[in-house]
Amino acid sequence: MSETAAARRPKVFGLVRRLPEHLTIWLPLLLAAGHIVSFSLWTLWVSFTPSTLLPEFGWVGLHNYTAVLATRNWRIAFDNLLLFGSAFVVLSLLTGLGLAILLDQRIRGENVLRSIFLYPMAVSFVVTGTVWSWLLNPGVGVQKFVNDFGWMSFRFDWLINRDMAIWTIVMAAVWQSAGFGMALFLAGLRSVDTDLIKAAQIDGAGPFRLYRRVILPTLWPITVTVVVIQLQFAITTFDLVRALTGGGPGIATLLPALVVYDFMFQRGLLGRGAAAAVLMLLTLLAVLLPYAAWRHVQARQAARA
Amino acid sequence: MSALTVRDVTKQFGSAEVLTGINLDIASGEFTVLVGPSGCGKSTLLNIIAGLERQTTGTIEIGGRVVNDVPPKDRDIAMVFQSYALYPSMTVRQNITFGMECRNVPRAQRNEAVARVAKLLQIEAMLDRKPAQLSGGQRQRVAMGRALVRDPLLFLFDEPLSNLDAQLRTEMRMEIKQLHQRLGSTIVYVTHDQIEAMTLATRIAVMRQGVVLQFDDPETVYNRPANLFVARFMGAPPMNTLSARLEATSDGTVAVIGGGETVIRFPVPAAAASWIGRQVVLGIRPECIAEPTRYFGDAPGATVMIAALVEVIEPTGAETIVVLRIGDERALARVSPDLHYRLGETARFAADTRKINLFDPETGDRIA
Repeated sequence: MSETAAARRPKVFGLVRRLPEHLTIWLPLLLAAGHIVSFSLWTLWVSFTPSTLLPEFGWVGLHNYTAVLATRNWRIAFDNLLLFGSAFVVLSLLTGLGLAILLDQRIRGENVLRSIFLYPMAVSFVVTGTVWSWLLNPGVGVQKFVNDFGWMSFRFDWLINRDMAIWTIVMAAVWQSAGFGMALFLAGLRSVDTDLIKAAQIDGAGPFRLYRRVILPTLWPITVTVVVIQLQFAITTFDLVRALTGGGPGIATLLPALVVYDFMFQRGLLGRGAAAAVLMLLTLLAVLLPYAAWRHVQARQAARA
Repeated sequence: MSALTVRDVTKQFGSAEVLTGINLDIASGEFTVLVGPSGCGKSTLLNIIAGLERQTTGTIEIGGRVVNDVPPKDRDIAMVFQSYALYPSMTVRQNITFGMECRNVPRAQRNEAVARVAKLLQIEAMLDRKPAQLSGGQRQRVAMGRALVRDPLLFLFDEPLSNLDAQLRTEMRMEIKQLHQRLGSTIVYVTHDQIEAMTLATRIAVMRQGVVLQFDDPETVYNRPANLFVARFMGAPPMNTLSARLEATSDGTVAVIGGGETVIRFPVPAAAASWIGRQVVLGIRPECIAEPTRYFGDAPGATVMIAALVEVIEPTGAETIVVLRIGDERALARVSPDLHYRLGETARFAADTRKINLFDPETGDRIA
């Protein structure tokens, strides 16, 4: 009896002593999970109802989905997402890797440059979008600047050009997030075993071969992580487009998140908006689930090795 | 022919001098071990020889050619690293042939070279595996294969065995030695392990704080250490160093250890005569103090019987280490495991005086 009491006491005592830790971990987690999960489920439910301005009970099956998929807006938004997503991910990956390789040459002022490259991350997308919209505005931005120097025929009007406007979003997004890839790649480059580089030097590998055959292959896991994080950003992009082009000119730069917003809050079609939102979620899962599986396999391989 | 000459090499990092006036002349076919505690500059010296770092002053010659301005790949060297440094994304075969790939050696010739080295090191079965799928010992073999395939003038080994467990280390040590005997290659090998140095080297360079203290064959380094640091660094357990006073007697010069009732007198070489009447440090290896029945040769005065207090007894199986007290001094003795001493008794031991070394207590340099 006394033995069990003695055994139980430290356990209870330990629980009390570690209460602050448990509270700080579990409370926010519960709140966040409850928040995200409950609203996701709510959205999922709404997407099957005939809700318009206000949520309504009822069941319309996949009607909202077929309706959304049939709209021209959604098709354009999805095509835009494919173009924007792939261009943005590839370009920010290459820019980030390039910056990281250049910074890795033990240059002077590395800390300052690193902060400068990373700094756009700290800026809100709305700010980025707004500033770039000024820069790209032919009447006040780069075009006017060059025109004022006397090169009158210079045209840089992508922002108001239907075919090129999507590239302005790519540009702003790459500017904003290349630093993130750079930071991760730089950490990866710095963790490459210096003996590997020495061995390659003795083997006679030039800088190009050294990077291509020895150093870059070790960066694969980081590359996958960067791609996945950038992709999920691309899929959920809203504020940047909203501030930069507002989806225009016309609907040339529409993205799925803008379509959701348009359905829900401008046209008063909650059910359609929810269906579009669930479609976005499915797109996200299509990226994240393979990634999670890959991580799982990697962890198992690491545990076995 | 001299395979490697290091002449007056110094290295400074900022204001810190990590190598001071290094001079080494290594003949072709020699197995030279650079040994010393961590931070003594041995790895820096190896990197300078490889061309991975540049000396502040001095000259490196490989195969009679000054290579100060020659990049590592053109120095005709191969290097084995402590971390093995195998390219993780390449197979074993690609790892071994990467150097040849960089030098644009035709594929047929590459395959031939891989086959030769793989057979020599018995790694044929793992040629198509990645390094991550290999054990530590296998990785070590592949790393050596990458060096061997080049057939260079000079092999450089940077603590290649320190990442292996004790048993594997002993095995690989033997294999490296066999390889050297078979191929007759010239090797410079860095280690902090004095046993590796003793077992592998044809010549040992003992380093401390950027200076080569002694560069000699293993026997000389062990039996005639240049100073107290070398004496204590080489050998496990280390050499006993006792403070002694030199006196002249009718039988020649003797070293007197201890005082009062427990006085020990060892005959010492005539070369130490100029130190008569002064304090010296007397070095005697633990294996030179043994049980009284031990025979140390016929020379007059070779064996001296001593009496000492038994303080600690450490049986190791093959032998027993006994800690003795002689006056105020402590000394280790290696005695036969069949003898059973009692703690606290004053027992008799036989001492081999032929291998006694005397050192200057101020500078630590060897007197005789």
